Amino acid sequence: MLKDEDRIFQNLYNDFGAELDSAKKRGDWLETKEIFNKGRSWIIEEIKTSQLRGRGGAGFPTGLKWSFAPKEVGSKPHYLVINADESEPGTCKDRDILRFEPHKLIEGCLIASYAVNAHTCYIYIRGEYFNEGQKLQKAIDEAYSNGLIGKNASSTGWDFDIFIHYGAGAYICGEETALLESLEGNKGQPRLKPPFPALIGLYGCPTIINNVETIAVVPTILRRGGKWFSSLGREKNTGTKIFCISGNVNNPCNVEEEMGVPLKDLIEKHAGGVVGGWDNLKAVIPGGSSMPLLTKEVCDTIKMDFDACVENKTGLGTAGIVVINKDQDIIKCMARIARFYKHESCGQCTPCREGSGWMWRMLERMAKGEATRDEVDMLMDVTKQIEGHTICAFGEGSSWPVQGLIRNFKDEILERNKYDPLIQRKKEVPYLVDQHLLEKENA
Amino acid sequence: MSLKKISKSQPDTFEFDSKNLNEAEKIITNYPKGKQKSAVMALLYIAQKQNNNWIPLSAMKYIAKMLDMPYIKVYEVATFYSMYNLTPVGDYFFQVCTTTPCMIRGAYKLVDVCKKKISENESEISKNGKSSWMEVECLGACVNSPMVQINDDYFEDLDEEKFCKIIDQIDKNQKPKPGSYRGRLSSEPENIRKTLLSNKNA
Repeated sequence: MLKDEDRIFQNLYNDFGAELDSAKKRGDWLETKEIFNKGRSWIIEEIKTSQLRGRGGAGFPTGLKWSFAPKEVGSKPHYLVINADESEPGTCKDRDILRFEPHKLIEGCLIASYAVNAHTCYIYIRGEYFNEGQKLQKAIDEAYSNGLIGKNASSTGWDFDIFIHYGAGAYICGEETALLESLEGNKGQPRLKPPFPALIGLYGCPTIINNVETIAVVPTILRRGGKWFSSLGREKNTGTKIFCISGNVNNPCNVEEEMGVPLKDLIEKHAGGVVGGWDNLKAVIPGGSSMPLLTKEVCDTIKMDFDACVENKTGLGTAGIVVINKDQDIIKCMARIARFYKHESCGQCTPCREGSGWMWRMLERMAKGEATRDEVDMLMDVTKQIEGHTICAFGEGSSWPVQGLIRNFKDEILERNKYDPLIQRKKEVPYLVDQHLLEKENA
Repeated sequence: MSLKKISKSQPDTFEFDSKNLNEAEKIITNYPKGKQKSAVMALLYIAQKQNNNWIPLSAMKYIAKMLDMPYIKVYEVATFYSMYNLTPVGDYFFQVCTTTPCMIRGAYKLVDVCKKKISENESEISKNGKSSWMEVECLGACVNSPMVQINDDYFEDLDEEKFCKIIDQIDKNQKPKPGSYRGRLSSEPENIRKTLLSNKNA
C-alpha cells in the first residue's frame, strides 16, 4: 500500500477544510515563485521526467502535450482549458478535487499556464456540479485577494486570470473539441482533428486542454521532483491515481493509490470487499463505463495501470471501477450503459447517432430473452460499424462496453435467447429488410 | 440525443431583473472582446433561475439580442443541453440518477418512490404543485450512490425510507440537509478507512 506521505491529495476526505490557510499548511502555494524562476523548459522537462500521463481517460503524456504549444506567442494569445466536465459513469474523482483541494488545481493552472504561455485559463465544470463550482469560485476569489493569481501572480511577474464556465449536462462536452465548441457558445459537437487544439483551439488560438487531476498533481511533482513521481508505479505508468470504487462493494469510496495496484487489493482492502464475498464477483468495469468489462478470472490478478489494462483488452480510462456481483443481471447492466450512450450521443455522425439506439434496443431485448440466436453476432457487427467511423472517440466509447459483454458473456446471452433466426422460422415480419429471402425456396 | 419539447404556454416578454442583469454583464466580461457569444450558456442558466427553473422562448430572444447573435443559435444551445428545462418544472426539481453504478445499488427503488409520492409520470408536476421528477444520466457521485439531485443539492447514499423522509420534509416546507445520508464524510470508506489516518485524528 502507498505510504501516506506519498499521497498527493492529503485532503481527499476533507479532514482539514479547503480554505487557503489549511491548503498552505499542506504545502500548497509554497514558494511558487521558485518554480517560475527555474524556467519554462525546466518545468516541461520535469513533467516529462515524471512520465505523467493525462488522467482524463486517454492517458496522453502531459509533458509532450505541453511541448506542442508554440514556443513563441504569435498574433494570437494562448489559452489553457481545464476539463472538469466529469460525466463518465463510475467516475467522481474530480468532484472531490474541486471541492476539497481547489488550491492544488489553481496553483497547477498557474504553473501550467506559464509553461504553455497562456495568460487566461477557463475551467469547464459540468453544470450539475453547481455547489462544487461555487467552492472553487470561493477558492479562486481567495487566491485573487491574496495576490496568488491575477496581475503579477505570486510576484512572478506573470499575469494570470481564471474563469469558470459551467456546462449544462452534456456528456459529450468532456471530449476536448466539443468542450471548446461549448465554450465558444455553440452546441457541443466535436470538431474534426487535425487541426489539433494545441495549434487551433479556443477561438482559433493555440489551446492546451488538461484534466483536473492532471493539473492538480503538477505542483507536487515539481516540488518533490519528477524522479520521485516516476519512482512510483512502473515505467510509463507512474505516480499515483485516484480510484473511484463503486457498485456492489461493501464500502464504496474514492482512494488515492499507486499506479499498478492490484485490482483485488483496491476492492478488498479499501472498499471492504465485494457484497457476498469475492466469489460472488461477476465482472468489473475498470475505467468508467466506456471501457470493456473484465471477468472474475482476470480480476484475480490484474494490476491497475494503463498498459496492464490494454494487455487485458480494456483500458484504465478514468479509473472509475464499477463492481458488479452475481446478484445483478449483467446484460441489463450493459443495456443501461447502452441507454446512457444513446441519450448522450451528440447526433453529428450517423453511425453513432443511429447505432447507439440500435445497441440499446437490441440489448434490452436480449436482457428479456426476446432476441434470436443470430442477433448476438448482428449486435457485434453493429458495434464494429460504429467503432472507428465517427469524428470523436464516443463511437469507441459506446461500442467497447457492448463488445466486452459479447466477448466475455456470449454463452450467457445465448442461453437466455434461444429463438431460431427469423429466416429459418419463415415468419412474416413486416419490417424485416431481408423479407424477400423468405419467399424464395432455397433461402 | 434527447428530445426536448417546448412549452405550449409561453410568456410574451422576458427581461433580466437588475441583479441578474449585473451578473450577466459581469459574466460577459469573462470572455475576450467580440466573443460575448460564449456567455450564452451562463445567461440561459440565469434566465432559467429567474423564471422558476424553466426557459421561455422570449428569454432566448432576449439573450440573443443581448449577445448580438442569431436567435436560432440560442435556441440550438437551449435544446441541445439537457439541463435547460423548456417546460415548467416543480419548485423542487428531483433528478434521480439511474445509470448503471446507481442502478445496481437500487436507484430504481427511488424511482418507484418518486412515482408513488410525487407523480405517476416523469416531468409531471405533483398534486400539491411543489415538485416534479425525472430520471437522468450519471450525475458524477457514483461512490455515493444511489443519489438524487434536488435543485442544486446532492442527496447521497439514499434508500427508499430515507428518500421518503426527504420528500415528506419538503412537503412540510422544511429544508432537508444535503450530503450523505449514511453519515459518512464525503467519499471516504465508512468505518474501514485505511489511508490518511493521521489526518483524520489530527
